[in-house]
Amino acid sequence: MKSSAGQFRFWAIGLASVWLTLFVFFPNLLVILTSFLTRDPQATVSLPINADSYVRTLDLLYLQVLWDSLRMSLLAMVFCLVVGYPFAMAIVSLPKRWQPVILFLVILPFWTNSLVRTYAIQFILGNQGVINKALLGLGFIDKPLQLLYTQFAVILGLCYILLPFMVLPLYSALEKLDVRLHHAAKDLGAGPLSRFWHITVPLTSPGIVAGCLMVLLPAMGMFYISDLLGGAKNLLLGNVIKTQFLHTRDWPFGSAFSVILIVLLGFMLWLYFRAARFVSKQGGLNGSDF
Amino acid sequence: MAPIFRWGFMGLVLTMIYIPILVLVVNSFNASKYGIKWGGFTFKWYEKFWNNDGLMTAALNSLTVSIVAASVATVIGTLAAVALHRYQFKGKALLSSMVFVSMLTPEIVMAISLLIVFMALGIKLGFVSLVIGHITFCLPFVIVAVYSRLKGFDMKMLEAARDLGASESSIFWKIILPLALPAVAAGWLLSFTLSLDDVIVSAFVTGPGYEILPLKVYSMVRVGVSPEVNAISTILLVVSLVLVVISQLLLREDK
Repeated sequence: MKSSAGQFRFWAIGLASVWLTLFVFFPNLLVILTSFLTRDPQATVSLPINADSYVRTLDLLYLQVLWDSLRMSLLAMVFCLVVGYPFAMAIVSLPKRWQPVILFLVILPFWTNSLVRTYAIQFILGNQGVINKALLGLGFIDKPLQLLYTQFAVILGLCYILLPFMVLPLYSALEKLDVRLHHAAKDLGAGPLSRFWHITVPLTSPGIVAGCLMVLLPAMGMFYISDLLGGAKNLLLGNVIKTQFLHTRDWPFGSAFSVILIVLLGFMLWLYFRAARFVSKQGGLNGSDF
Repeated sequence: MAPIFRWGFMGLVLTMIYIPILVLVVNSFNASKYGIKWGGFTFKWYEKFWNNDGLMTAALNSLTVSIVAASVATVIGTLAAVALHRYQFKGKALLSSMVFVSMLTPEIVMAISLLIVFMALGIKLGFVSLVIGHITFCLPFVIVAVYSRLKGFDMKMLEAARDLGASESSIFWKIILPLALPAVAAGWLLSFTLSLDDVIVSAFVTGPGYEILPLKVYSMVRVGVSPEVNAISTILLVVSLVLVVISQLLLREDK
């Protein structure tokens, strides 16, 4: 009997460990390794080890792409935060019975095909799209506005696809917020704005960082959004990586760009754990404190 | 926030989320080719899809990949969730941090890392590489779904079963699995949907001989208007919506 217990345990732990080591841990190491190799027309990559790929990312052309991609993803992130934060606050202020319903309605699209939803935006923004037809019909404009195939369209598309990722962590952070802190601050004379800045924002900072992380990083990679809504321009880092891997076949160079994304992920995780530590230290009114 | 303003704001955001989807679905029944005007109700785009051999093959391939990937991910993920919940072992922290990292890794990074590892291991790009890739990004979702259900369990029951002489595997089959079944089923449905809808990982790890539906849609959408894409998109949307609603109902039951 002992051995059958050991066997079950062995498989339960072993299968996932082997899988994740083989297809998550090991591959990530290989990406870092590849970024230091040299491109080879025959074998894809070869020795010697060098940092040329990183030096090339500093080329003015690619710095421009990096900057554009970062700027657009940051704008999408800020926009998601500006819409998502009040939205999450509005959900939290609903009766408990309604909260899961609204939350579900926001998250539902996440599970549907994001390529299809990106394509759906074309119907809205196109020259013959819903917005242009409405504006023409109302007589506000004489000829259609160029909304599609602009940076604006890409940012809008990123927000549209990634908004649920912002709302979810914000909601769980706001839900944990202790209302007694607000009552106490109110009694001590703090106005609503001051309560928001000094209580709500700092105590939900882990949620804010988590939401930003889950919007910013995927945003930089979503090549099909830039393809479908931005035209055939290489607007996002994802497009550059895809081109390097599938067309130019310069794997070290593409890997170097991915490593930049991994570093950014690391930085934001660090920020998140700092914020979480701050809240657990300063969070104050937990049940146990009374 | 004043209630009217609050509801108004939520209503506005939700409307913006659902309008593009609605427009797309309506257009899939629009007889007018360019979707500019309403040309009457039609099923012809669905028929065109049905009669297009290339598209139907891709759809069948997609279904195969998703079913296989979701099933394998559910088996490995359920076992992993049980292990993380029930056992203390060396490398437990490492295992849970790998789950965490694989959930947060941007898809594009996962995609190229898988492509590199397939080349390194000599795995041919096609069905096998697609399935492995899809299992990898589904796995953490299954683990999290099953693990959070297990956390709500009364552990004393398991201890009692062990004291009465039940073996570890019969505890799993007779107690843990029946209790966790809704979460396991939900994990499978979510994995299936994620797999069926994936573009980024698939774009990197598929081979020329094995076409799947989302990538077909992607290349069709890039070249211009083809209304059967609206029909395919509507089918994909409806399938995911139905499966996700079922999975959420399964997950809700115990709360």
